[in-house]
Amino acid sequence: MAAISRDEVAHLARLARIEMSSDELDHLASELDQILHAVDRVQEAAKDNVPPTSHPLPLKNVTRPDVVIPSLSPEDALSGAPASDEQRFKVPQILGDAE
Amino acid sequence: MALKYDDVVEKYEPTLGLEVHVELNTNTKMFCGCSTEFGAEPNTQTCPVCLGLPGSLPVVNEVAIESAIKIGLALNCSIAPFSRFARKNYFYPDMPKDYQISQYDEPICVNGFLDVEIDTDEGVKTFRVEIERVHMEEDTGKSLHVGGATGRIHGAEYSLLDYNRAGIPLMEIVTKMVPGTGKYAPQVARAYVTELRDILRSLGVSDVKMEQGSLRCDANVSLSPMGSGILGTRSETKNVNSLRSVERAIHGEMIRQANLLQNGERIIQETRHFLEESGETRPGRSKETAEDYRYFQEPDLVPVAPDASWIEEIRSTLPERPSVRRKRLQAEWAVPDKEMTAMINAELLDTVEATVKLGADPTKARTWWLGEISRVANEKEVEATSLMNPDQVAEIILLVASGELTDKLARQVVEGVINGEGTPREVIEKRGLKVVSDDSALMAAIEGAIASQPETADRVRGGNIPAAGALIGAVMKATGGQADAARVRELLLKHLGQE
Repeated sequence: MAAISRDEVAHLARLARIEMSSDELDHLASELDQILHAVDRVQEAAKDNVPPTSHPLPLKNVTRPDVVIPSLSPEDALSGAPASDEQRFKVPQILGDAE
Repeated sequence: MALKYDDVVEKYEPTLGLEVHVELNTNTKMFCGCSTEFGAEPNTQTCPVCLGLPGSLPVVNEVAIESAIKIGLALNCSIAPFSRFARKNYFYPDMPKDYQISQYDEPICVNGFLDVEIDTDEGVKTFRVEIERVHMEEDTGKSLHVGGATGRIHGAEYSLLDYNRAGIPLMEIVTKMVPGTGKYAPQVARAYVTELRDILRSLGVSDVKMEQGSLRCDANVSLSPMGSGILGTRSETKNVNSLRSVERAIHGEMIRQANLLQNGERIIQETRHFLEESGETRPGRSKETAEDYRYFQEPDLVPVAPDASWIEEIRSTLPERPSVRRKRLQAEWAVPDKEMTAMINAELLDTVEATVKLGADPTKARTWWLGEISRVANEKEVEATSLMNPDQVAEIILLVASGELTDKLARQVVEGVINGEGTPREVIEKRGLKVVSDDSALMAAIEGAIASQPETADRVRGGNIPAAGALIGAVMKATGGQADAARVRELLLKHLGQE
């Protein structure tokens, strides 16, 4: 039983806006399947008493005081943008994605 | 035949759900030290963290956590001893990271409630709105769609992004499904958002300005055929930018959905946009296939685990609940219901309270603020509080109480202060508005009045006390309204042997 189907890989690729050829999908579906099976083996070891972890550090409540620090200049902020206009980041047509 | 609202609520039971987003008024963003000030030039409040540049790391704003806990406690929620952030992934340029840091299955506050009161046919009734969760996230940037005919996204050639707002702390407050509101569903929705806004304001955690977008409401509603117990498909209405719109949006959606159901059509689960002019909604994006945010725990942030002692400390600083405070003030000031509502709707309760705290009589304070000052404010289309402050109003009320001003003179002082002629004292000085309290000056005016109306004077001498009114009027006229009418009356009656 495959852990991930070719259709699911295609769906993920679409969500991530990655264009993939039919060959690439076949290839990745089987590779991801192997990876997920490997993860399943780890899952077997993690019983109910082992909570899911987001990172390995035993830290909590790391915060900073609510004090303003200088921002980038708009020139610097926009310097890495492929395109800008009116001191704003310019992005291609978004049509159809959302409101 | 289209169903009217009365028919709708006879045939269907509505179920409400409300999602409120509130921007916190912290100095800095949720995960970086950029300023949150409203109205700055585009992209002047950004940094590598809120621009999502590689290698940058978010750190949580301490005050934002404290505000979230305050909100949760004020809404009767449990504060989670352990909570985490999650990434909500979506491909849209309003977040430069391509994900929003939010909370998913481990929100900071859960299971609260808020009671709201509604005027019903059977008198005032309390409806309990249960709160599912309050979670922390970050606001998105602002898009400007260029090239389309209407500034809308459809037909736009490109979009321009300002990330000043991206990363501002945002709290999402989500209710559970609210059943059983029947025909009062629109009012309950409005009352809930109103009460929530008042609570947030009293906590001092947000500017709660719907028109500036610091408080935003998504109104969900579904209909179920009366008595069927089958929950209908809901729609979610966005762009609801005022309290009145919350009520109108639910009202409009109930009618739209009922008419579809009546014609055997099905409701599509979708986002709809509220149209301010018509009170109707238009369809937005369909949610049936679009939502797949692939949430996972945010690896760049550590868990939030507030100490029980800190939570209790915050609880002890919570202000009086606005609904409790309103009841207390109404009782203390002996205000009739109608006037109380007028004061609340005019958002002058704080101002009147401040005036009363300075020693003014509550009824007088209310009358000035809601009467003369509000009238001028409406004329000038400004806020009453921009014309005068509680200090000035209290001073004038106290001058009337001590007899230094009459009500009529006080009106002129108010007018002068509004015109920028100075403090009440200065206006009195400049306009010469002192009450004529010199009895000999009053007696001269009284004798003048008697001389010009001898027959009236005779009638008063003969015991016709009400006839004295004409003489008092003449004295007031002669002194330019600067006499104390009560004193004039006293002197006049004594002079005519009618003590």
